Amino acid sequence: MKSVEFDKTNAVCGALFVAIGLFFGFESLDLELGTAFRMGPGYFPFLLACALVLLGGIILFQAFRVEHEGIGPIAWRGLFFILPSAIFFGLTIRGLGFVPSLFLTAFIASFASSRMTPILAILLSAGLTVFSVLVFEYGLGLPFRTFGPWLGF
Amino acid sequence: MDLFNNLALGFSTATSLANLFFCLIGVLLGTLIGVLPGIGATATIAMLLPITFQLEPVSSLIMLAGIYYGAQYGGSTTAILINMPGESSSAVTAIDGYQMARKGRAGAALAIAALGSFFAGTVSTFLVAIFAPPLTKIALQFGAAEYFSLMVVGLVSSIALASGSIIKALAMVVLGLLLGLVGTDIYSGTPRFTLGIREYSDGLNFVAVAVGVFGIAEILRNLEGEKNRTVLMSKVSGLLPTKADFKEMFAPVLRGTAIGSALGILPGGGAILAAFASYTVEKRVSKKPEEFGHGAIAGVAGPESANNAGAQTSFIPLLTLGIPANPVMALMVGAMIIQGIVPGPNVATEQPALFWGIIASMWIGNLMLVVLNLPLIGLWVKLLTIPYYVLFPIIMAFCSIGVYSVNSNVFDLYAVAFFGFIGYVLVKLRCEPAPLLLGFVLGPLLEENLRRAMILSRGDPTTFLTRPISATLLVIALGVLVIVLLPSVRKKREEVFQDEE
Repeated sequence: MKSVEFDKTNAVCGALFVAIGLFFGFESLDLELGTAFRMGPGYFPFLLACALVLLGGIILFQAFRVEHEGIGPIAWRGLFFILPSAIFFGLTIRGLGFVPSLFLTAFIASFASSRMTPILAILLSAGLTVFSVLVFEYGLGLPFRTFGPWLGF
Repeated sequence: MDLFNNLALGFSTATSLANLFFCLIGVLLGTLIGVLPGIGATATIAMLLPITFQLEPVSSLIMLAGIYYGAQYGGSTTAILINMPGESSSAVTAIDGYQMARKGRAGAALAIAALGSFFAGTVSTFLVAIFAPPLTKIALQFGAAEYFSLMVVGLVSSIALASGSIIKALAMVVLGLLLGLVGTDIYSGTPRFTLGIREYSDGLNFVAVAVGVFGIAEILRNLEGEKNRTVLMSKVSGLLPTKADFKEMFAPVLRGTAIGSALGILPGGGAILAAFASYTVEKRVSKKPEEFGHGAIAGVAGPESANNAGAQTSFIPLLTLGIPANPVMALMVGAMIIQGIVPGPNVATEQPALFWGIIASMWIGNLMLVVLNLPLIGLWVKLLTIPYYVLFPIIMAFCSIGVYSVNSNVFDLYAVAFFGFIGYVLVKLRCEPAPLLLGFVLGPLLEENLRRAMILSRGDPTTFLTRPISATLLVIALGVLVIVLLPSVRKKREEVFQDEE
């Protein structure tokens, strides 16, 4: 039975690999390729990029032969809260300092779950901050500023 | 006897008060993490890696090793009690272990798993001690070409053991290799693929990539469908197996240990495959195969011994050749490099106390696990009742602190978010992250040795085939690839991984 259906997951996957391969390939062409005897900085990456494009192409091609189950549910809420929490920590650790930055990071991350309530999130973040200050700042002596310059310290 | 002198040195290193303490901490943390489903050993070690930088090299590696085999133990507890593997390597244990628990024999199942693991751990520790030194002697003869070929073997085996499409796993390896090349080229000093960001000129931070691809992606996956976990029983009783149990577990434990030890040594191999292989063997040799799936003791004892033995012997390629056999070992390489130790055959001769100390600590750690875990079962069971939505903000906070403290580079945190996203996308596209991480670690080494080999041979690529050791290794790599691609093996492999899911 012929059908026009194809495996969307694999198609996306193959296309992604081809795109990444092309990116690395073009980037390495800007670098000196050199010869097989004395390889330049671009030689090995260029070979790898070509391989990646080829493999991505095969995956893409195979995607049109079989049909598969879909991608399944996507954790939008998780993506929306978990990823920014790490970035937030990076943006504020120097400016706000360890305590406020960590508290807010944990607070933001908490809302990635639909079951979290605001009060529980505050309690959890506060407890976590106290614990981390004790363990990481005092216990292990990591050089963090407890409160940063943005807060006037 | 050299072996005994060396072991004596190892034990005197490992039994210093500080090292015993860190071994204990590692083992406890590992069990804790192993018990909690949703965070694997790889993610944990990635998270805790930065904390160990403040410690002595020996202590930090002992602690990391403790986390690793502690997690194997903890994983089986979860598998038996809630039918959900805490670690992927205990997926098999869940099949029969959970059935035993349902019949009210949870205590016996847990004890069998613990005792089997301890026996396997003891035997395989000795195997490491016996086989590591002669292998380092061979490894000392390795030149650039041999190292290149050996890494190819490692990468190919990691493909063979990844679940899902082989082409995808290959692509993941290549992607990992490319990501590993980000940073300054060692020969010419040219920055590569840094997108003009100066902070990435030292390369992408290994911890950031590992935390992102394993830790964050795992959290996101768990957030997809939040389910309630039900713990089978809040009180576990009847810990001691009966005499009949002991009789029934004896042979499977021996076979499991042998299978696990052999498979653990293979680069790219390890605990997961060992557990599956052991289960298959036990089912085949059993006089009562119909019991499997309904609480067979052999189905718990065999795989549990095998995964622990595999976990230990996977240290052999790391300690002798500096080649990581699995993602956890890749993290150990990262830890060693940050501590200023170049992993490879020289470790045994230059740092005998470190080398033998780690080996001795494995046995001590396994002993601690048996002594601690059986009485502490009640505590671990309580931990299982912590809901996931309380756990992951904690994980996020520790990840952030950990990654930042490696070298106080805020760009590493952006890399975590980025790789978390990439990791999640790749998981959704049914790609395994393990080959990517292995590629990432081996990328720079692979390139360096390739370039060096080519310079030494004056640009003649046949050097990889004319040097006997290198040629043998490449033949092995080719063999593995051919076998995996054979239609019959491919089908079998799909079946094995089907069970896992």
